[in-house]
Amino acid sequence: MAYGPKIIEHYEHPRNVGTFGTQAEIKARKDVGVGLVGAPECGDVMQLQIKVDSKTGMIEDAKFKCFGCGSAIASSSLATEWLKGKSLDEGLAIRNTQIVEELSLPPVKIHCSVLAEDAIRAAINDYKEKNGLPTGEPSAAAHPGA
Amino acid sequence: MADARPIYLDHAATTPCDPRVVEAMLPYFTTHFGNPGSRNHQFGWDAEAAVDAAREQVARLLGADEKEIIFTSGSTESNNLAIKGGAYMYEKNPAGSGKPRGHIISCVIEHKAVLDPCKRLEKEGFEVTFLGPGNDGLVTAEMVKAAMRDDTILVTIMWANNEIGTINEIPAIGALCHERGVLFHTDATQWAGKMPVNVERDNVDLLSLSGHKIYGPKGVGALYVRRRKPRVRLQALADGGGQERGFRPGTLNVTGIVGLGKACEIALTQMDRDAERLLALRRRLERGVTSQLDSCVVNGHAEKRLPHITNISFGFVEGESLMMAVKEIACSSGSACTSASLEPSYVLKSIGVGDELAHSSLRLSLGRGTTEGEIDHTVDSVVRAVRKLRELSPLYDMHKEGIDLSKVEWGHH
Repeated sequence: MAYGPKIIEHYEHPRNVGTFGTQAEIKARKDVGVGLVGAPECGDVMQLQIKVDSKTGMIEDAKFKCFGCGSAIASSSLATEWLKGKSLDEGLAIRNTQIVEELSLPPVKIHCSVLAEDAIRAAINDYKEKNGLPTGEPSAAAHPGA
Repeated sequence: MADARPIYLDHAATTPCDPRVVEAMLPYFTTHFGNPGSRNHQFGWDAEAAVDAAREQVARLLGADEKEIIFTSGSTESNNLAIKGGAYMYEKNPAGSGKPRGHIISCVIEHKAVLDPCKRLEKEGFEVTFLGPGNDGLVTAEMVKAAMRDDTILVTIMWANNEIGTINEIPAIGALCHERGVLFHTDATQWAGKMPVNVERDNVDLLSLSGHKIYGPKGVGALYVRRRKPRVRLQALADGGGQERGFRPGTLNVTGIVGLGKACEIALTQMDRDAERLLALRRRLERGVTSQLDSCVVNGHAEKRLPHITNISFGFVEGESLMMAVKEIACSSGSACTSASLEPSYVLKSIGVGDELAHSSLRLSLGRGTTEGEIDHTVDSVVRAVRKLRELSPLYDMHKEGIDLSKVEWGHH
C-alpha cells in the first residue's frame, strides 16, 4: 500500500500512545472513558481512552493503542490529537470523513476512519455512562462501515 | 541502510533473472530472430535449434523426454491446460448428459491458478473434491485415497505450497493415481528447479513450472505431458497453427524459451548446493526471530518444508503495519490489508491458523542472492518492529494482563 506522507508520519511517530492503567484499573476510574472497537479476526482493534476534567467537562488527555494497519494506527493517533482540549459534544461531532480528508486515506482504508469515529463515540459514551450522564448516541461498538 | 535498496526476501513471488540466462537470450532478439515455424530458411532453422536445445534442458531437469515438454506462458497457463485440457479429454459423460462429467480431486491450499480452473470445471458439470490439509499444511496420499471415487479422472495437488512452503507426498500420491488409472497433475512452480524431480520415480503425468521462479524470464513456462505409460492426451484450449503438437498453438516465445532452458540447466547444476545453503539461512532466520520474541509461530510442518520459504505469524501485531515497519525488507504478508480482497490468507486459515494470527504473518522467501548478513539484518529488523508494534497493541496488553482474547466480546464488522 503506497501511503501519503501524513499517514506515514503518524505511523512512524504515533501521538499519545498508551493507557491510563490496566483494563481492571480503567474500569474502576470514573474520570476515564474507554472505547474498544473492532475485532482481532478483522485485523483491527482500536482502544481509545479519554481523561475528562469533571469540573470543566473538557477532555484533558487522550491515549490510544491500536492493533491494525498503518491507516488504522494513523487514524487513532490523529483522533487522540483532535480530542485533547475538546468538550464531549465537540468530540462527538468528529466525523470519519474529516479523518479521511486530513490523512488522505485511500478508499480501501476508509473503514479505518469509521473505526476511529466509533472509538471516539464509544469512549465518550463510556465516560458518560460511568458518570450517570445521558448518552446522546448509542454506544457503537459495531463497525457499520466495513 | 536507509538509502540502499531493500533486502529482497520475496523469491516465492519472483526471482531476478540470472545474468547467464539474459546472455543466452540476447542473440535471439536480434541476430537469431527467426520463427521456428519457418521450415525453409536459416533464420527459422536457427530458432528451431535453439528451442530444441531448450526443450532438452527442461526435460533433463525433470528426468523427462524432450518430446514431453510443451512450452507455455507460465504456470498459470500450464495449470489451465493440464486441468481443463485433461478433464475435457477424459470426461466420463459428455456435457449436457445430465450426469456428472467426472470427478476431480484437488486441495484448498492450491494456488488460484489451480483453484480457479477447478471451479470453472465445477460450473461446467464436473465434480471437484477440495481436500483440506492437516494443520501441518500437508496433503497426504491417504487423504487422496479416501477421496477417490470410481469416476475420478484427475488429481491435481501442488508439489510445494507457495505461502508456507510445505511439501506434499507427491511420489506416493502419483503411485496411488497410477494404480487407479487416474491422471495426476502437480503444480511444481515452487518446487521444480529448486528440488530434484524425476517424473518416472515420482509418478507424475503432468507437471507445471514457471521460468521466473527459477531465475529465468517472466512470461515463459512449461508443461510436462507424459507420453508413455500412460500416454496422456489433452484437449487444447486454443486453436491455431498447430505448434507444440497442437497442445499450445501460437508462435513460440523463442527468447523466453531459450532463457527458461538456460535457467533449468543452471538449476540442475546448483540446486543441491543452493538448497543446503538456503536451508541453513532459513533456520538461522527462524531461530533468530523465535528465540527473541514470544507468541510467534512458524507455520506449516516443522521439517517438510521448502528450504527457501518461511511463514511466521506474530501474535498481537497486524501484518501490514509490520511490513511498513520493516520497509527495508521486501517480503509479503498473509494480512488482509495487503490484499485487494481484505480477506486474510486462505492458506493460513485452512491450516487452522486463527484469523488474528493470519493477519499477523510474514512470508519471507530466500534466494540465491540472499546472504547471511541480510538474514541477520532481517532478524534484527523484524524483532525491533514486532516489539515496537506490540508497544502499540491493545491486544498484547490484554494478553499480558491474562485476558483471554477469545472470550472478549468484540464488535463485529
